[in-house]
Amino acid sequence: MVTEKDVEHIGELADIGIDTTELATFTGQFNAIVEYFDVLDRVQGDGAVARDLYNVLRDDVVEPSLPQEEATRNAGAQEDGFIKAPRVM
Amino acid sequence: MAEHTISFNPDDRYNAFLKVCEKPSFGEGKLAGTAIAVKDNISTQGIETTCASKILKGYVPPYDAHAVALIKNAGAAIAGKTNMDEFGMGSTTENSAFGPTLNPCDVSRVPGGSSGGSAAAVAGGMVRMALGTDTGGSIRCPAAFCGIVGLKPTYGRVSRYGLIAYANSLETIGPMAKTVSDVSLLMSVIAGHDRKDTTSYDKPYNHTPSADIKGLRIGIPEEYFGKGVDPEVAASVRRAISRLEELGAVTVPCSTPSMEYALAAYYVICTSEASSNLARFDGVRYGLVADSKKSWHAAYQEIRKQGFGPEVRRRIMLGTFALSSGYYGKYYAKAQVARENVRKDFARLFYEVDVLCGPTMPTIAFKLGEKSDPLSMYLSDILTVPVNLAGIPAISVPCGRVQGMPVGLQVMGRPFEDERVIDVAYAYEQAVKP
Repeated sequence: MVTEKDVEHIGELADIGIDTTELATFTGQFNAIVEYFDVLDRVQGDGAVARDLYNVLRDDVVEPSLPQEEATRNAGAQEDGFIKAPRVM
Repeated sequence: MAEHTISFNPDDRYNAFLKVCEKPSFGEGKLAGTAIAVKDNISTQGIETTCASKILKGYVPPYDAHAVALIKNAGAAIAGKTNMDEFGMGSTTENSAFGPTLNPCDVSRVPGGSSGGSAAAVAGGMVRMALGTDTGGSIRCPAAFCGIVGLKPTYGRVSRYGLIAYANSLETIGPMAKTVSDVSLLMSVIAGHDRKDTTSYDKPYNHTPSADIKGLRIGIPEEYFGKGVDPEVAASVRRAISRLEELGAVTVPCSTPSMEYALAAYYVICTSEASSNLARFDGVRYGLVADSKKSWHAAYQEIRKQGFGPEVRRRIMLGTFALSSGYYGKYYAKAQVARENVRKDFARLFYEVDVLCGPTMPTIAFKLGEKSDPLSMYLSDILTVPVNLAGIPAISVPCGRVQGMPVGLQVMGRPFEDERVIDVAYAYEQAVKP
């Protein structure tokens, strides 16, 4: 059973910005969905994954990339050619 | 290279397009002058790309997705960006931040989703072909609901570079069109190796559809005709399979027991991947702008609440929950075991048969607003998600109508045998051609 408090906590972890008026609806939907997920309790098997392909890596060499001006063009807040982010501290 | 332009002014009464390019240029090649619509989660240089989300409003990609670069090189004219469920999350296109797309066959019904805009643009006669994406059925579902052809290619066969990620272990770009030949033609342009996608496989597609299916072994999984599948839809698909038998195919009854938990596994995995992939939308680098004077969490929460719709927020939270300490073993780890069981089920069946056939969707297109409860919407994906969990190719081809609405026959094949599912769809299409 997922409680409103659980949903509030998950909303915090996910930085989703949940307010108290939404909690009841989300919690109800969450419980219906998570209850459906319980079918996974019946899954048997070790899940050993057989693969014939592994990590595909390239040599670490410099390749052409976007000019700084283009790479930052979509950022709303900028300063001196850099992207401005909210304060962390 | 782009030497010519076309005029593109569609009467978009279905809200299929989020952005129309009125004078797109085109060059030489096997798609020369063909107007192609591109789903709005596929990056197009210089053309706004929003994933039908408010959070990406105003975002103009500085580069083309590999698949877009390939169709441009083949001479295609980019006709515009098509509507979709926000970030691909939905089966109706009602989860778009910019209003739902309507089904051209009946405007009181949804076109399916999440590539509903691409399907409606093709079905409504606005473009000959479109690119869609398929994470859990998002090409096949709208193809079935709108009465067109849609191919979900083998995972790795079409580059995902420039596809804005939602659940990257499941999703792929694929072709949609009115005919199997056009789907095959578009596939021949977009398939192939791309070093910018580390899951890309070097297997180009150079195939001309063949209607010869004599001796082909078709598995008919009982679960695809079981509980929850509309009997009239099932009957329509069974008639289509009889037609394939008349053409010389042999049918074999079979079973995929992993279907019992495939849908739950799919939703645990896709929401988990979404919770990670969508963490990048924070109002700093693109889209809506976060208030940089606020603290980190406050600014992010504000922008994400404002920018994401309810289904996206729900899936991000579900994924965060499924991955959280204390629940990871119960949900995510179990879902991965289930996924492997689905893959093994298919592998076992493909020793005995060449393809599997069943309905694409359990019902005809829903009425607008009919699927208001999230779980009931998820349940409608039951017949399409196993293919994505296993990474195999599958096509939906129209096979008759129920209550005047199109029904899709789904043909699933072995990994990298996209050619074979194309051939089966082509054989059926040619046999029933008026």
